[in-house]
Amino acid sequence: MSSRETVLARIRGALADVPAEEGPEHVAVERAYRRSHLEPGQDPVELFAERVADYRATVHRAAPEDVPAVIARALTERGVSRLALPSGFPAELLPSGSRQWQPEPLTVPELDALDGSVTLAAVGIAVTGTIVLDAGPGQGRRALSLVPDYHLCVIRAEQIADDLPDALARLDPARPLTFISGPSATSDIELDRVEGVHGPRTLDVVIVEQSVEQS
Amino acid sequence: MSDRGVVWLGSPSFPEAARTALADQQLRTNLRRATTTIRDKRLAVAAELDDWEELRTAAEAIKRRTARHLDRYLLQLEEAVIAAGGSVHWAGDAAEANRIVAALIQATGEREVVKIKSMATQEIGLNEALAREGITAYETDLAELIVQLGEDRPSHILVPAIHKNRTEIRDLFAAEMAHWGEPAPEGLSDDPRELAEAARRHLRKKFLAAKVAVSGANFAVADTGTVTVVESEGNGRMCLSLPETLITVMGIEKVVPTWSDLEVFLQLLPRSSTGERMNPYTSTWTGVTEGDGPSQFHLVLLDNGRTDTLADTVGRQVLACIRCSACLNVCPVFERTGGHAYGSVYPGPIGAVLTPQLVGVEQAASLPFASTLCGACYDACPVKIDIPEVLAHLRAEVVEAKRHALSPEALAMKAAATVLDSPRLLSAAQKAASLGGRVLAREGRIGRLPGPLHGWSDTRDSPAPPAESFRTWWRKNREGTP
Repeated sequence: MSSRETVLARIRGALADVPAEEGPEHVAVERAYRRSHLEPGQDPVELFAERVADYRATVHRAAPEDVPAVIARALTERGVSRLALPSGFPAELLPSGSRQWQPEPLTVPELDALDGSVTLAAVGIAVTGTIVLDAGPGQGRRALSLVPDYHLCVIRAEQIADDLPDALARLDPARPLTFISGPSATSDIELDRVEGVHGPRTLDVVIVEQSVEQS
Repeated sequence: MSDRGVVWLGSPSFPEAARTALADQQLRTNLRRATTTIRDKRLAVAAELDDWEELRTAAEAIKRRTARHLDRYLLQLEEAVIAAGGSVHWAGDAAEANRIVAALIQATGEREVVKIKSMATQEIGLNEALAREGITAYETDLAELIVQLGEDRPSHILVPAIHKNRTEIRDLFAAEMAHWGEPAPEGLSDDPRELAEAARRHLRKKFLAAKVAVSGANFAVADTGTVTVVESEGNGRMCLSLPETLITVMGIEKVVPTWSDLEVFLQLLPRSSTGERMNPYTSTWTGVTEGDGPSQFHLVLLDNGRTDTLADTVGRQVLACIRCSACLNVCPVFERTGGHAYGSVYPGPIGAVLTPQLVGVEQAASLPFASTLCGACYDACPVKIDIPEVLAHLRAEVVEAKRHALSPEALAMKAAATVLDSPRLLSAAQKAASLGGRVLAREGRIGRLPGPLHGWSDTRDSPAPPAESFRTWWRKNREGTP
């Protein structure tokens, strides 16, 4: 008997008390929890900005036409000039100036030699202050937002879901997903929080406000 | 390692190990500070959700549904992972899991792997097994790195190196890092920021060069084949996305039925564990993705005593554990003894109920007694495992097991019964006790008894037996008189 058959047989033996006619749906799961922890009337974008900042990431809010200028200012403040650029990142969001944009494909050592990366996001979660990347257009491979020490993520206000249940429903589990809540951090030494161990130590999030026509 | 493969179990037993730990003032101070801090953070973020009880109830029910139909969900998971380009392997015990992982690594031709902190691989002693095959496994979580460099043992599920303070960590980095790769920088201070930076530099080359990574899993979704790892530092992301081959070892109980079930567990786990609304990084992947991440993905499904646990209708609820460690931080016993005293990779209240079930109660008979039954662990548990109920249940099993193998106390009682039945033996015994008792006694009291009887004498002094028994006195003074 293969180990697969052995383990399955042991499971079935262990569950001798479960009636043969019982299906999974017969075990009731009461879902009385809230779909969203947003308070009535609370603005998800406002809450998202607050909660992202709570993780010591820096939040910028910008009207669509101001995004390149906001990105330019953030990069200058951080002293970041050599950046990875994922394919599909909208050219109109890129600031002008003397920065080096390295388009994909990049090897890991090439990525490691860069200062940072800019990406879009797939979904945001207001209550937890989380951004989710799904490797879609403008987001790049997972390594892109991981290896360089600085990550700037641009998210549109309408991508921000109220809470986790709604966010998971918007995502495709077949894609590789990365949920980011603040910069890399550790509390392993005397529970003293230190930002940045292996992932980017600095996270800037630019929220693109909905324009009047869209809202 | 015990027969069943849970590493460093049972020597010494909890009461002995606890006595040593209790004498360590530094350890108790470190632990009290750590557990109090995490406990307060957890309470604050759990209180933010006014439906916390409803989330716990749903989590408990999802886990019950999964356990009662575990075979079906594992088959569904297997099918989905294979459909997405992954491979699935089944391991009945630790030795088999270790053989599978070693063979998978050998097939790549590599001798080094990077590892994400994982309870399952600690449980089976994977690093030690790989070392015997000439394969070096590098722990990449900061706390696990500290434990590995110090040839130490983890003492907490969430923060395995919590028993070490910053100065000890600095000294360890300075002395040991050079033997494993990038040495610690000259003049390293004990500032946590500098220590984290040293760890970053130490591991950077390993991440960028690694061809094979080994991980555990927090959850695996049956209907989509999606596997999840929850972490903070980004070492997990490095291992999950840079190497060519990824090998994930997960206990069979980690499966959840549907993608949307994660909405319950991803709310409960970070808040219960680190006291955060969300941990910095959660990664999910389904099989392999062309052009992004490993091109080979192997999922190893581990039994190693879990099916025996499943067979116990009271004890099976322990399989719902999501390894958040909230029960450790509220436990008055853990707070004073620390994790090493439990002699298992699973310490604290959850260890006291999980370990004896994984290895058999006779292998870990003292652990179900390592509790005051105060119930704080049950209140803290995000998936509502009734730990006190399981503790009481396992205590009964330990007692039952002991009936068959006679304990020192039982042997003493049996001897006493024989002696008390016979006037001749009683007389002889009293004479012996009188002599022996006075040898053992100091100032008319008997303190610590030698051998197995010390368990009784440790907590009480007894008066020394009189020089003469009543029967002797009677015979001498009254016998023959009317």
